[in-house]
Amino acid sequence: MIQDFLVLCLESYSVAVLIQTHIHMSKNWPLWEIFVRSKNGLEHRHFGSLHAADAEMALENARDVYTRRSEGVSIWVVESKNITASNPEHNGELFEPAQDKVYRHPTFYDLPDDVKHM
Amino acid sequence: MSNEQIKNLEEIFEARIARDEKIEPKDWMPEKYRKTHIRQMSQHAHSEIVGMLPEGNWITRAPSLRRKAALLAKVQDEAGHGLYIYSACETLGISRDELYEQLHSGKAKYSSIFNYPTVTWADMGAIGWLVDGAAIINQVPLCNTSFGPYARAMVRVCKEESFHQRQGFEIMLKLCNGTPEQKEMAQDALNRWWWPSLMMLGPTDAESIHTEQSMKWKLKRKSNDELRQQFIDQTVPQADILGLTIPDLDLKFNEKTGSYDFGEIDWDEFWQVVKGHGPSNKKRMKDRVGAWERGAWVRDAAMAYAEKQEDKKELKKVS
Repeated sequence: MIQDFLVLCLESYSVAVLIQTHIHMSKNWPLWEIFVRSKNGLEHRHFGSLHAADAEMALENARDVYTRRSEGVSIWVVESKNITASNPEHNGELFEPAQDKVYRHPTFYDLPDDVKHM
Repeated sequence: MSNEQIKNLEEIFEARIARDEKIEPKDWMPEKYRKTHIRQMSQHAHSEIVGMLPEGNWITRAPSLRRKAALLAKVQDEAGHGLYIYSACETLGISRDELYEQLHSGKAKYSSIFNYPTVTWADMGAIGWLVDGAAIINQVPLCNTSFGPYARAMVRVCKEESFHQRQGFEIMLKLCNGTPEQKEMAQDALNRWWWPSLMMLGPTDAESIHTEQSMKWKLKRKSNDELRQQFIDQTVPQADILGLTIPDLDLKFNEKTGSYDFGEIDWDEFWQVVKGHGPSNKKRMKDRVGAWERGAWVRDAAMAYAEKQEDKKELKKVS
């Protein structure tokens, strides 16, 4: 009996959380990451982020927030939730293997000084 | 994690900052570092947002199109600065809604200077010259602070801030070269903004509770008193150029230190304003919360539209 009651409580709690999350989601504008190309020939660079209802509005807001003084010629917007980032805690496994591979660098190879153009 | 492990991580963390390495949002950090940064960055962002209000007051009454365009651009910059810093703050795991809620409920503070009224056009000059001048002194060292997103936001803010101060000084200069009434107006604005600008640089070092920790984390490079002295030393000669008198009878150049000695600051006034009893605290919050509430239907409509467009796209995919 008590168990049934507890299960019921738990279920209604999860429903409440679901509803709340949904209200929360539908009310708040999602977060977007903004990338700007300063001029042709350069890559798009991460400039920051902002909130907007959709991609089109994110572009317009990015124009106003990040390029008020001609800082860009092209803007990319990506909804932040679509970015997968590496975890700095795993930096060891991820990046250390490159550290002991000095033979990937030209200075690893011993050549006589009189060899030119190499 | 055991206490010893945490202590170990903290030591590694402090050593990284001492080596001038930057901390990025996903890096491990002590809880106190996260909380201190959320507090300081959100206060900073709130100040930019509330800072728009005393100036917004004059946009429709600017004396010329040139002044109006400049003031509009300055206020728009302040909105931008608020947005850069809010999003930098959000990388620490607090939502924009929570940040707004803290501002609107009075839980979070913003710079006490914005709780003074802007009663004449000369106040636009004095704010640009003095308030933005003091802000620049505060902000330049933050371009090198340890938390990456804050430092990057501050680089952009500082680049834009210099125009704010120059346009303010130009307003003062124009008034000082104008009719006697105009010059008097400029002097009156200086009289009212001088002391609050000095207070803006924060309580004296003896009273400042966060200084030591903030120095360690490079959230601060100089103490409040050092910053205040720097501000006074660079501003007094500027007042001379304007031909205005700084409202401090004790202000005097000290040959020995090479700096200006100055009179006692009324710290009671400062704490009164911080605690919410300044001349415009209530009005600022009422205007800010009112704007947020009146804008709710626009935000909801934009979201409803976005969802509808998304549904349409889904339908097209299905058919």
